[in-house]
Amino acid sequence: MMHTFGTTMRRLTAGAAIALIMAAAAPAYAATPADTLVQAWAIDDIISMDPGEAFELSTAEITANTYSLLVRLDLSDTSKVKGDLAESWTVSDDGLTFTFKLKPGMTFASGNPITAEDVAWSIERVVKMDKSPAFILTQFGLSGDNVTEKAKAVDAATFSFTVDKPYAPSFVLNCLTATVGAVVDKKLVLEHVAPVTPTAEYKYDNDFGNAWLKTNFAGSGPFKLREWRANEVVVLERNDNYFGEKAKLARVIYRHLKESSGQRLALENGDIDIARNLEPNDLESVSGNADLSFDSAPKGLVYFITFNQKNPNLAKPEVVEALKYLIDYDAIGATLIKGVGDIHQTFLPKGVLGELDEKPYKLDVAKAKELLAKAGLPDGFSITMDVRSTQPATGIAESFQQTAAQAGIKIELIPGDGKQVLTKFRSRTHEIYFGEWGQDYFDPNSNAETFTINYDNSDTGKVKTLAWRSAWDVPKAMTDEAKAALTEKDGEKRAAMYRNLQKKFLEVGPFAIVYQKTEVAGLRKGVAGFKLGPSFDNTFLGGVTKE
Amino acid sequence: MTLPETSQMVAGRSKGARARGRAAIVARFLVVIVTTYLGLLAVTFFIGRVIPIDPVLAVLGDRAPTHVVERVREEMGLNLPLYQQFFRYLGDALQGNFGTSVLTTNTVMTDIRRVLPATFELATLGTLIGSLIGVPLGVLAAVKRGSLIDQAVRVIGLIGYSVPIFWLALLSLLLFYAQLRWVAFPGRIDVVYEYTFTPKTGLFLLDSLWQGQWDVFRDVFRHIILPASLLGYVSLAYISRMTRNFMLNELSQEYIVAARAKGLSETRIIWFHALRNAAVPLVTVIALSYASLLEGSVLTETVFAWPGIGLYITNSLQNADMNAVLGGTIVIGSIFIAINILSDILYRTLDPRTRAR
Repeated sequence: MMHTFGTTMRRLTAGAAIALIMAAAAPAYAATPADTLVQAWAIDDIISMDPGEAFELSTAEITANTYSLLVRLDLSDTSKVKGDLAESWTVSDDGLTFTFKLKPGMTFASGNPITAEDVAWSIERVVKMDKSPAFILTQFGLSGDNVTEKAKAVDAATFSFTVDKPYAPSFVLNCLTATVGAVVDKKLVLEHVAPVTPTAEYKYDNDFGNAWLKTNFAGSGPFKLREWRANEVVVLERNDNYFGEKAKLARVIYRHLKESSGQRLALENGDIDIARNLEPNDLESVSGNADLSFDSAPKGLVYFITFNQKNPNLAKPEVVEALKYLIDYDAIGATLIKGVGDIHQTFLPKGVLGELDEKPYKLDVAKAKELLAKAGLPDGFSITMDVRSTQPATGIAESFQQTAAQAGIKIELIPGDGKQVLTKFRSRTHEIYFGEWGQDYFDPNSNAETFTINYDNSDTGKVKTLAWRSAWDVPKAMTDEAKAALTEKDGEKRAAMYRNLQKKFLEVGPFAIVYQKTEVAGLRKGVAGFKLGPSFDNTFLGGVTKE
Repeated sequence: MTLPETSQMVAGRSKGARARGRAAIVARFLVVIVTTYLGLLAVTFFIGRVIPIDPVLAVLGDRAPTHVVERVREEMGLNLPLYQQFFRYLGDALQGNFGTSVLTTNTVMTDIRRVLPATFELATLGTLIGSLIGVPLGVLAAVKRGSLIDQAVRVIGLIGYSVPIFWLALLSLLLFYAQLRWVAFPGRIDVVYEYTFTPKTGLFLLDSLWQGQWDVFRDVFRHIILPASLLGYVSLAYISRMTRNFMLNELSQEYIVAARAKGLSETRIIWFHALRNAAVPLVTVIALSYASLLEGSVLTETVFAWPGIGLYITNSLQNADMNAVLGGTIVIGSIFIAINILSDILYRTLDPRTRAR
């Protein structure tokens, strides 16, 4: 009887094994479609596809490829801009009015013609909705009450933009290259506006199509947005109505894949064409793979350690200086950020007008001890440091923890989720914080303002620049210099002002800028024409081809 | 003087007593459901408020200027006292209004309708694998108690219990995807089919079969088989262990000795008598295992980029997207309650003694 049971079990087991072998024996196929570019990228930062609202790094690239702007950064010389929708532009003698002439015969992806009215309404909706990136335009004196006067269509092909001060023209034009300046299809968006009950904060009776545009598309770039599924995928399709050179590929797919190791596997196996978040160890592992090539570009993202001036020890200038000497920049550069960043100690990233390539700090424990003794802390002190629990941030924090300990400073690391540590930093409840800052727009003022201007250092301060978050009462001379550079019309003089400002910042700022990000993309053999831009809104995919 | 009770009177009283008993059971059951839901709502709300993440960051991203942050904080009611926020939250939830997810900008119910079938498909296949292999293994281990097979089943179970699933998932990905290329890239379907295949029910295996798209079916199968097998393995570890215990208990009963004495075949005794009786508690075990796969496959979904409800709730919680967390939690809670009711009904159907009671 047991024999009968054993036979049954053997049959069952054999059946299961055959089924498994059959399932496993199916051949693998992994090539991506020839007309589709598949990229793996951590796109979980996306919260909206409305260019009037989106302000995230991933969205910047997607908006740049799906919408057109008046002007764009000239990638051959990033201190200049070139026309996109605009054929030409002039600045009035008083420096207040910018007049743009549009190229003729352009249409949106919908087929609607692109007119100056669309440009004016796009700016009007940004200002009136007043979402996160709106300040890039409202800093020119635009408000819900005056925007229709300040940004208006003179005729179908002429758009006029009036600012409140005679700013450096480069500053105004650079700001217009930000994706918040994307031009939307007014006719199409108006078909989808939702009614809103006006309140004291929001005086308008509709949402300017914001709810619809969060997941839909009304642009005129080389690609159309087909779909965005949060934390999953973004799909772009070629816009056959694009006024410029048509995109070579029919489709671009961004797959959300956060982990570097997963991206590496998929790239090696040919399941994706491009991996966008490869970390140093994975980069090194695949560097010898003949089926892959790499592209890299320095990005406008700087990583810094900041010392909260509310802490009595950190408020001592000697302590801040000592801490800057306790970072092992060379070791960090050679290992932790190898291939994905370059040691950089000034707040303006390379490639931006006024950049300063000075690195006065290096690991010098003896000097740090001397400075600590001068500050009355010869035995060091204990302190906490908040850091994102991702690499290379954690590695850098650990390196700093070890080198600081050599001078008696005991750092307790508090790793946390990105939003968690940011919440703490924004409320100034940290002691030491390791963070990152990306330029809001491609102009030196973006970083100069946040690092060197603190409008009100009280806890109730309304403008929470990085200087405010570090409770740094910035010397008035520095703030004045940052403000003066905004109205300097001579490009060379303006650049010199920013260089000078950075030298002072290096000396007295309670920040240790550690490195500038280098974005690296791993590409499958056969992908051509892919070039990472100096900022995320300057990586264009229209010219990419696949063999 | 007391009148003698008639059999009709006794029958009437017992009928009435049974009806009252049933009503009490239903009332107790309703109280449990309401309390569970209220508990879920309260726990979700307070977790959402104690996590050290500013929910406004989820709405606006990292770089919003202060005045916009403050305006949105007011719009979201986060400036109100905690108790007022809770009642507002409770009121909306009781009306079935889970609001809009700030991460996806869809209504929470739209998102759940999209992600739930993915988890449902994965968990169902996982449970099928776990049960179809786990039950025979458990039976085998019980029948061959103390043998090498029994030890092997025990070790298989022990590994399933103790090894973290994310580690198993990563290793299996390395082996079956990176090295052997037997399975497909993480995700639910290949990009080749993503925009040519239109699922109707959201259950891709079923949809592709129904539409006769064999290439899609094969692709979906190659995506699901590894995560489902892993979940199946975890489930198998539990099911085989419990089956072994139940079977050992049944095999020591007198009716088995009687069946053997009657000359019934061992196969018949094991599969038709012992297992049938062991199946009664086993139903609860499998149902609970299924329910835990439906809500507990978060790590598997993360490693395999499986767009299911576990991943959806985790992402939402990390971003303080409380509408999505609430909606997801209520749905999971409802699934748990529904599966418990179903297993209870099945239990009563399979075991006549429970009906008599």
